[in-house]
Amino acid sequence: MSAVPASTVLHPVSKRRKRKDVIMRASLAAATALALVPLVLVLWYVAGRGIGAWSWHFFSTDPTGSFLGDPGGIRSAIVGTIMMVALATVISVPIGIGVALYLTEYGKESWFAKAVRYFVDVMTGVPSIVFGLFIYIVLILGGFGGGGYAGWKGSIALALLMLPVVTRSAEVVLLLVPQTLRESALALGSPRWRLIAKVVLPTALPGLVTGSLLAVARAAGETAPLLFTAAIVNGTSFNLGQRMNSLPVQIFTDVGQAQDRLVARAWGAALTLVILVLLLTLIARYMSRRSRLT
Amino acid sequence: MAASATTVSRSGDHPGLRGSPLSRLPDRALRIALTVLAAGILALIAFFFIRLYVEARPAFTKFGVLGFTFDNNWDVSRNVFGALPLVVGTLITSAVALIIGVPVAIAAALFVTELCPTRARGPLTVMLDLLAAVPSVVYGLWGVFVLIPKLKPAEQWVTDTLHFIPFIGGAAVAGPNYFIGGLILAIMILPIVSAITREVMATVPSDHKEAALALGATRWEMIRTAFLPYSRAGITGAAMLGLGRAIGETIAVTLVIGNAPQIGKHLFDQGYTLAAVIANEFGEAANNPVHRAALIAAGLVLFVLTLLVNAAARAFVVRGQHGDRAAAEPTGVAVA
Repeated sequence: MSAVPASTVLHPVSKRRKRKDVIMRASLAAATALALVPLVLVLWYVAGRGIGAWSWHFFSTDPTGSFLGDPGGIRSAIVGTIMMVALATVISVPIGIGVALYLTEYGKESWFAKAVRYFVDVMTGVPSIVFGLFIYIVLILGGFGGGGYAGWKGSIALALLMLPVVTRSAEVVLLLVPQTLRESALALGSPRWRLIAKVVLPTALPGLVTGSLLAVARAAGETAPLLFTAAIVNGTSFNLGQRMNSLPVQIFTDVGQAQDRLVARAWGAALTLVILVLLLTLIARYMSRRSRLT
Repeated sequence: MAASATTVSRSGDHPGLRGSPLSRLPDRALRIALTVLAAGILALIAFFFIRLYVEARPAFTKFGVLGFTFDNNWDVSRNVFGALPLVVGTLITSAVALIIGVPVAIAAALFVTELCPTRARGPLTVMLDLLAAVPSVVYGLWGVFVLIPKLKPAEQWVTDTLHFIPFIGGAAVAGPNYFIGGLILAIMILPIVSAITREVMATVPSDHKEAALALGATRWEMIRTAFLPYSRAGITGAAMLGLGRAIGETIAVTLVIGNAPQIGKHLFDQGYTLAAVIANEFGEAANNPVHRAALIAAGLVLFVLTLLVNAAARAFVVRGQHGDRAAAEPTGVAVA
């Protein structure tokens, strides 16, 4: 770094201090390695035990509900997860981005915007099972739409969970859109809605997609809010108006039964779920890296 | 930034540039729509709180708020619901998670931001964040079939060796127990705590670091004297956000805690947590109004606890970011 060796200006660092430095640096490195051990172990076991459960039969049949005979596969769980998460995305992404637009384009630092921002953060901290309870109370106890468990009710619970993630990440990205870009569009006489639609949103698009994908990944892995909103069902269920199966809930119930064949199915389903979630996360990361804003 | 924003809107209102009233209609509509959307969030949370409270009230009136929260008796068959074993279980597992998870998370954040080679920084960051991408239920599955059996001999050795220490020593190890629950929680809060710690540390001015190094400090001394004091508030906030997560985390804990509504006397005893009891018993409680109300009350206690912890955490993190970066709070992309 410097042309003059440090020792010519300063006292040499004492042996004791040098030793402490090396020890501390080594232990920080060791702690980092330690932090990564569980990731490696989890992926190792899920891959090892999951792949053994995979077969054509595994992906092409539905759970039968049989404990002794053939337990069936996870087709309805995959379909249920995709359908419920898709509906949750359709609900939460426009609302989340809309709220973020309000915060960045209109509310800014007003007390109302600050309150909204604060409560969006509050929502981030709400445990997912509490969202499940809430939807149960409002949509099932309340007898809404038939009063039973249904896929779309699960979607709404997931949407509540995704909403704060989408909003906060969208706000961060929208704030990165250069202020000069906004100013030049307004100076050219563009109305604000056109500025938002033609300049702000397109510029921020990759970042918005990133945030939404991370929310999708999070929702896809959630079990708790689905337990008593969409429940679990054996056999085929491709209808959002009916009870619906999902990968996380399928894994949860199979673990609870602790029967060899059901446990094998749980590992297979876990591998499927992990691949799905990791793919979404990595795509999101890739997109955020390609975005010109960040 | 705020100043330039006002100039913009003012020039937009300049009479010479104003469009016809008709062309300004969509503008007003958009503004109103977005404001309504934002107000909807506040309404939703108010509604949320009220509905939970109303449904939980039968339990509170029957047992009293304090009676419900601090009575050590959760017995479904006798229709008696005191949540103390659950509260204690939640606190013990969260404490274990913080004791194990936070130091490792901070160390990892320090290593990644300051010590590791620049080339390794990106991949290491991604891997740390990927810990957060593994679904809760998968950690639970792994906990049940790998962690519990593999760790049991080690736990038995610890409890035999440290038999003189109350709470840790001298018990027979139950397969599922507080410690396993806390350990899994530690893994699950690690990525959030380290991500936020990293963000807070990124705000340490390089002047401070350079000044420390110029005074002849070693790397570690630089970290201790320039980094840690500067980011203390932020790190505290990060740890508390981790605590908020640990309190509310449900499925993984449900699978490895044992689900016994008792106050365990040892770290390796079975227990229960607020979140786990809801996940486990809610399905069967649908036909028993008192049981259902008790579980919703447990949810309300959980909600209020996480609210308090998160509010405190936010205050610390915002303070820890020292003004200029406070606008970009770290609850967005990094946490997700």
